[in-house]
Amino acid sequence: MADSGVIDGPGRKDEIERAKSEGKDLTKEEKQRLRKEKKQQKKIKEKKDDKASQENEKEKKPVTSAAPASQPPTQPTVQKAPSAVPATAPVSVPASEASVPADKPTKTKAELKAERRARQEAERASKQTKKGETGQQAATSKPKAPPSDLQPVVKRLPEHIQVDNPDVLKKLAKKLERQQTPEHYAAKKIPLRSDYGYKVSLFSHLHQYSRKAPLTQQLSIPSTVIHPAIVRLGLQYSHGIVAGSNARSVALLHAFKQVIRDYTTPQNEELSRDLVNKLKPYISFLNQCRPLSASMGNAIKYIKKEISNIPSNCKEDEAKNKLLNCIESYINEKIILAGVAIAKCAIEKQKISDGDVILVYGCSSLVNHILCKAFEKSRKFRVIVVDSRPRLEGKEALRRLVQKGISCTYVLISAVSYILPEVSKVFLGAHALLANGYVMSRVGTSQIALVAKAFNVPVLVCCETYKFCDRVQTDSFVSNELDDPDDLIVTRKGTTPLEGWENESSLGLLNLVYDVTPPDFVDLVITELGMIPCTSVPVVLRVKNVDQ
Amino acid sequence: MELQAVLMAAGGGSRMTDLTYNTPKAMLPVGNKPLMWYPLNLLEKVGFEEVIVITTKEVQKAMSTDLKIKDVKMKLDVVSIQEDGDMGTADALRHIQPKIKTDILVLSCDLITDVALHEVVDLFRAHNATMAMLMSKAHEFTETVPGQKGKKKTAEQRDFVGVDKSGKRLLFMANEADLEDGLSIRKSIMRKHPRMLIKTGLVDAHLYCLKKAVVDFLTENKSISSIRGELVPYLVRKQFSKTVNSQKLKDDTDDQTQEKNDGPANHELLISSRDEPLLQLAQERSCWNDHRGDMSEAYHGGKLRCYVHIMDQGLCCRVNTLAAYIEVNRLAPKLFEEPSVHPSADISERCQMGSDSIIGAVCHIADKTSIKRSTIGNFTTVKEKVKVTNSIIMHGVTIEEGCNIQGSVICSNAVIGRGADLKYCLVGNGQHIEPEAERTNEIIVGTDQLMEI
Repeated sequence: MADSGVIDGPGRKDEIERAKSEGKDLTKEEKQRLRKEKKQQKKIKEKKDDKASQENEKEKKPVTSAAPASQPPTQPTVQKAPSAVPATAPVSVPASEASVPADKPTKTKAELKAERRARQEAERASKQTKKGETGQQAATSKPKAPPSDLQPVVKRLPEHIQVDNPDVLKKLAKKLERQQTPEHYAAKKIPLRSDYGYKVSLFSHLHQYSRKAPLTQQLSIPSTVIHPAIVRLGLQYSHGIVAGSNARSVALLHAFKQVIRDYTTPQNEELSRDLVNKLKPYISFLNQCRPLSASMGNAIKYIKKEISNIPSNCKEDEAKNKLLNCIESYINEKIILAGVAIAKCAIEKQKISDGDVILVYGCSSLVNHILCKAFEKSRKFRVIVVDSRPRLEGKEALRRLVQKGISCTYVLISAVSYILPEVSKVFLGAHALLANGYVMSRVGTSQIALVAKAFNVPVLVCCETYKFCDRVQTDSFVSNELDDPDDLIVTRKGTTPLEGWENESSLGLLNLVYDVTPPDFVDLVITELGMIPCTSVPVVLRVKNVDQ
Repeated sequence: MELQAVLMAAGGGSRMTDLTYNTPKAMLPVGNKPLMWYPLNLLEKVGFEEVIVITTKEVQKAMSTDLKIKDVKMKLDVVSIQEDGDMGTADALRHIQPKIKTDILVLSCDLITDVALHEVVDLFRAHNATMAMLMSKAHEFTETVPGQKGKKKTAEQRDFVGVDKSGKRLLFMANEADLEDGLSIRKSIMRKHPRMLIKTGLVDAHLYCLKKAVVDFLTENKSISSIRGELVPYLVRKQFSKTVNSQKLKDDTDDQTQEKNDGPANHELLISSRDEPLLQLAQERSCWNDHRGDMSEAYHGGKLRCYVHIMDQGLCCRVNTLAAYIEVNRLAPKLFEEPSVHPSADISERCQMGSDSIIGAVCHIADKTSIKRSTIGNFTTVKEKVKVTNSIIMHGVTIEEGCNIQGSVICSNAVIGRGADLKYCLVGNGQHIEPEAERTNEIIVGTDQLMEI
């Protein structure tokens, strides 16, 4: 339509000018038509401007400014389409881009289609020659992903799951360099941790680090670039000393408290802006030690918001005290009291009744807390702890429950279908609850939920609301965490069968950490807001966002 | 600030008096660099910017003139103590306690190592340990030591070191001298750590990371005078003592980092920190435990933890005996990529020099000399037809023509007369060897040194 308007416009203008010059009065219809055309032209101009500014933000590669209006919308879609994988990162559909193709004239639509197809083919061919790998699912999905002509959807993948793209790695290295604090004269930047070992091709887009090559190798020892509390925290994360969603968040907030205490505002800077900038390299450092969990992400967002909301006339001590109190209250409300509320809810609403046989998986601090509280309230039940290699966290859960006096059985996950006929309820902990109702938890949880469903045993997931995140995922491949593959190696009676695994070219060790459970297998989610079905998670998120 | 480095350079070198009666141990040349340059270099490489050096006035003077030490880019805060005093290492720490604001890394000046320091410090950080130390597998010294009559049969007092099955946690440490009736291990330790490995062939590198609370404890407890001899075994024992438990710690609401107990419990080593309840909470929620099989929580609820990193590869040597000194002269230059011949040395073309020899600055090496596997110090003059093999020649030495020096150590400013033949000898400072002398396996020192006992 735009083109036709453009084509017709000058024509119309000529007519009108002729009419004016001829001294004829413009009829009402002609005046209306004139007004319509002017409006259309204005709209087209505005859309062009919007598109141009949006492209400058979104485009990874610079777009030549001379490109006509029709080309830019096709270029970003072509570039992003090959990398788009279905149902991942937030989909942002700019309304203007959707409407622009609609404005295109029917004549040139076919031409544009043909142009786009040709460009896609060319890009696909060049990418395949570059990469040479064909085994990837992503590669096969590329030709399917290109958007239809109607609504080109721009999808952007988060950088942490594009490890196999060398451009993204370069960007990450540059970003870490930029985050170095300017005071330090030497090139003391946040080091980049390198991947270790052969990665299984399905997961080659994720990082895989080795515990024997800690990030502190590349840092100076009295660490000046990164606050010592954060270095200690990063080490504890990578060694697994602090593990579990709640523990990691609490430890993170504790470290942030120390950072805030030791912080002094430099001259000519505002605390609200400078402190946030100070925290950025720390967060990158922690991310490299171990990828951040959803709960940690939410905690960081909260802190950043609180810091930015500090009024500029506030004195430094006051501001610091205020921040420390905010952190204290966050931990108190969202973690401690939420745990208490969930336990109360579960016990009072008879979710744990006398004679119950409860199955738990791994070591979830919340589930252990609920069971201990129920036992204190003299409910008679017994627990079956299911465990899996290589972490064997179930042993720790077993220890805590037996210490309280609860009678427990311990099995490995391979025996789940054997033991399930005895079980009356399954209690699972969650690492995060995703916006489409999927539960992200330790690998093996979805297996347990599946088998429980097959046996018609109710599955209850316990999760605090601060772990709800607005990510959407339907499979465990896209976004996951790869742990150290050497953990899978076991030495029995002096022999290590997997000893030289790095030298075998066709052998890869995969140590996944998380998996997602679909909401059909989960019967109830117990949160501090009450007992909700899995599909109500987006509602809770919406309410939370409105509150904030 | 995370760690402060403290270098102990006041030691007298009591086990190698022949070398140290004129030159303080910290300034002995190893590979033509003063001995204390090596730990300073280690600290500098790792990223330290400031070091507190505890030393004597003599060493302080020597340091100010030495070129290599001036090359060191770190800020050296030199604290001098009395030379004659019986100041042990712990006493020295007590002396500098006002300067200490945070956890410390204590080094001895006679440590030459290429360890990756982050291994030791990571143990200290990750487990929030009270002490982390470095030990290394002892290597036999293969070089013949001058002045040794017969095989070395002196039973060196062995150290018994007990570690847990991960090899990192230090459970037991005692010297053979203290164990008269045999090695006894407390039942409480065995209950907590049923598998303990006891090692004897380890060398203590005297590199310790200590919490600030330990230094504060030392100021109150004046009976401890040596880190290695008394403080470390005390801390290791205290890990399993019943009194150091979480019940005694109270929450810190004020800004102090340490609580003081009054009364008879003055010698308690209390380690508390701000936000103790938060740390406790994180520990409770975490599904990690350092041991399996019993009902106790991580670290058995103990607040005091000692860790050790045992190096099995790489160089780690303490230069406190003559044998160690000779060994280290052979190995230390390999650590650095420096040219073996100093650019200012004047070496004639007809000199045969082996590739593993080191020539210092402003040397004059004349024709027809042969220098193999040796270290030659600065300002040395070697005249013609001299054969130097397997020897260490310090600074300012003059070797006249036709000498044959094998397996020997010649200290600074000595003069070897022409035609002398020295095998496995140690020539003291400023000594003159008469021409045509033939000495084998002797220690030639001045009479004034012989009078000292």
